[in-house]
Amino acid sequence: MLTLNKVTYLYEHLPMRFDLRIAAGERVAILGPSGAGKSTLLSLIAGFLSPGMGQIVINQQDHTHTPPAKRPVSMLFQENNLFSHLTVRQNMGLGLHPGLKLTKEQKQRLEQIAEQVGLAEYLDRLPSQLSGGQRQRVALARCLLRSQPALLLDEPFSALDPALRNEMLSLLDNVCRQQQLTLLMVSHNLDDAARIAERTLLIVDGRVYYDGTTQALLDGTAPEAAILGINRK
Amino acid sequence: MAERRQPLIPAWLWPGVVAATLILLVAFLALGSLLRHAPTLSPGAVWQDSYLWHVIRFTFWQALLSALCSVLPAIFLARSLYRRRFPGREWLLRLCAMTLVLPVLVAVFGILGVYGREGWVSQICAALGLHYQFSPYGLQGILLAHVFFNLPLATRLLLQSLENIAIEQRQLAAQLGMNGRQLFRFVEWPALRRQILPAGALIFMLCFASFATVLSLGGGPKATTIELAIYQALSYDYDLGRAALLALIQLVCCLGLVLLSQKLGQALPVGHTHAQRWRDPADSLLRKIFDAVLIALALLLILPPLAAVVVSGINPSLLDVLHQTALWQALWMSVRLALGSGLLCLLLSMMLLWSSRELRLRQRQNWGQGLELSGMLILAMPGIVLATGFFLLLSDTLGLPQSPWMLVILTNALMAIPYALKVLENPMRDVADRYSLLCLSLDMRGWHRLRWIELSALKRPMTQALAFACVLSLGDFGVIALFGNENFRTLPFYLYQQMGSYRSQQGAVTAMLLLFLCFLLFTLIERLPGRHADTE
Repeated sequence: MLTLNKVTYLYEHLPMRFDLRIAAGERVAILGPSGAGKSTLLSLIAGFLSPGMGQIVINQQDHTHTPPAKRPVSMLFQENNLFSHLTVRQNMGLGLHPGLKLTKEQKQRLEQIAEQVGLAEYLDRLPSQLSGGQRQRVALARCLLRSQPALLLDEPFSALDPALRNEMLSLLDNVCRQQQLTLLMVSHNLDDAARIAERTLLIVDGRVYYDGTTQALLDGTAPEAAILGINRK
Repeated sequence: MAERRQPLIPAWLWPGVVAATLILLVAFLALGSLLRHAPTLSPGAVWQDSYLWHVIRFTFWQALLSALCSVLPAIFLARSLYRRRFPGREWLLRLCAMTLVLPVLVAVFGILGVYGREGWVSQICAALGLHYQFSPYGLQGILLAHVFFNLPLATRLLLQSLENIAIEQRQLAAQLGMNGRQLFRFVEWPALRRQILPAGALIFMLCFASFATVLSLGGGPKATTIELAIYQALSYDYDLGRAALLALIQLVCCLGLVLLSQKLGQALPVGHTHAQRWRDPADSLLRKIFDAVLIALALLLILPPLAAVVVSGINPSLLDVLHQTALWQALWMSVRLALGSGLLCLLLSMMLLWSSRELRLRQRQNWGQGLELSGMLILAMPGIVLATGFFLLLSDTLGLPQSPWMLVILTNALMAIPYALKVLENPMRDVADRYSLLCLSLDMRGWHRLRWIELSALKRPMTQALAFACVLSLGDFGVIALFGNENFRTLPFYLYQQMGSYRSQQGAVTAMLLLFLCFLLFTLIERLPGRHADTE
């Protein structure tokens, strides 16, 4: 599904180099200290940054230099996912057509998805009238409308309180199951990662430092867990 | 429990009250003396004075055209400047900040040197065998000069609001596959819209009250603004009543404009963004060419007049002029006045903001805003109105002093307050948001807080405000036009005398010196805090 072949990128004098393979439908958490290159990795996959060298293959197609809109991925940021001057409906609709020209079927589909994520009654509100959790729901709903096979999340729930975060994680879990999505989620919370992803990439200093099960990090059986402050029990 | 004494006016309110009182007192004194001289207002006569109506219409018309010609191209220029990084970009942006405070007479001198009858353009046309018709006098000349001053200002303001758009939103737009037009409509326009009206209103107001530009490029009965008509009534006709009446009209118009622009809304708070600079991966060659052409055109507007000032300043009479004591006297006087009014302006602005901020923190939004409005009121009181008021007040009571330096410092300082407020407003409030609770818990108040928090954290915006105020007053030719004389002249006044008496070679040298002085002062003051005091 997703392959990065010796992708290099120079980030403020720190050379980053990623080499990884992710299967379709797999869910991967990306952990690591701040500034290690987690967000850069997602930006490279989404096409916001161009690699200096290497190759990015998504869905058996070379996407090393394609523009972001042509890549079969959707991205969800920590903040600023919504245009604050547009209503929920418009914000979601942009996922179907960048000029908001929607057909009747598309409008129906929009309402259906809104129903599914519990936003049906908020469709005509502005983002400022929603809570942080609801805003992230809108953003997630738009990602679903785009129906791209891969979902990239950049610390999407870090700004939410634990109860909301749990709720969002189970929603995400459902959605991924239903739509068979491939998921990459940057997080700084190992427990969140464990809830959603079996596999974890640990990024340190622009490299993949650990690539294995999340469980091994959690119980400290992997020596690399030391970097997260977890020691073998 | 110990009883806590509550003074009638809390300590934190004093600075603002004192500053606001001073400003209002000055404004009302000036206004009062005008009113005493105004002819017994008979609305009928005013209504039927067709020349007056013509002047008013022309003032509005040229201000409107100037605002449109400055803001509309600035929208595109700002987008181009946002998209591109090139060597000299920082430098160009600094220049954009400077044209606003550039001495008007110097710029006019440069514009005449480029577009005048014997200017560069006409020489190029002659060399190519073309007939050159454009005259930099009259409406088109005024427009050209106003665009020269204000297009860079508008560009900077709009660029700021483009830079305030969260990078994530641009990434999102790229991912959703928006094209240039859709990006503009959904992402950039909503941010620009908030700035376009205030910026347009500001430029409209600046052009409405523009004096020196119209004095040197317009004049004549056809192209006269209210401001200029006041000056003519005072200087040539010595018709105090008419001047007072005109000043009142000007005041009413400007006051209306200030209130209107206050209503036009404030910028939204900046969303916190996590990403760095955005570079559109789907950039096209066509767009690159478009941007390059636009930026080149902007450079073509800004640079030649400045270059013309320097080039024509280096002429055979350079050494001659440099030996004139009058020049050095004027220069020394200018620097003293500039520093004096810069410091006074900074002091008054800080006092106003100090108290208005405390009021806002105590949930007295309206009172805080009122306090700041007293500073903005000066925008409605164009220099010539203030100066006229003082002129009348003094000639009624003490008689005009030979060297009214205090008066000039005070008027110039007052006129720079709106700019200083704009520069300092947000940093002052941010510092309060960030540290006010901490300061309360550490019991840092008054002088201690000013010393350790504001004076150290706000070094940069403060010196910026000071630089603006100094250079603004250095180049001012409004107040001095009324009060200047052989024994009391500043560089702009000296330049105006030279231009008036056809000593253009000497004038060229003075213009060049004034230009250099402005750059020097601006750069020196901005460098004061050192590189590491950045709070942005």
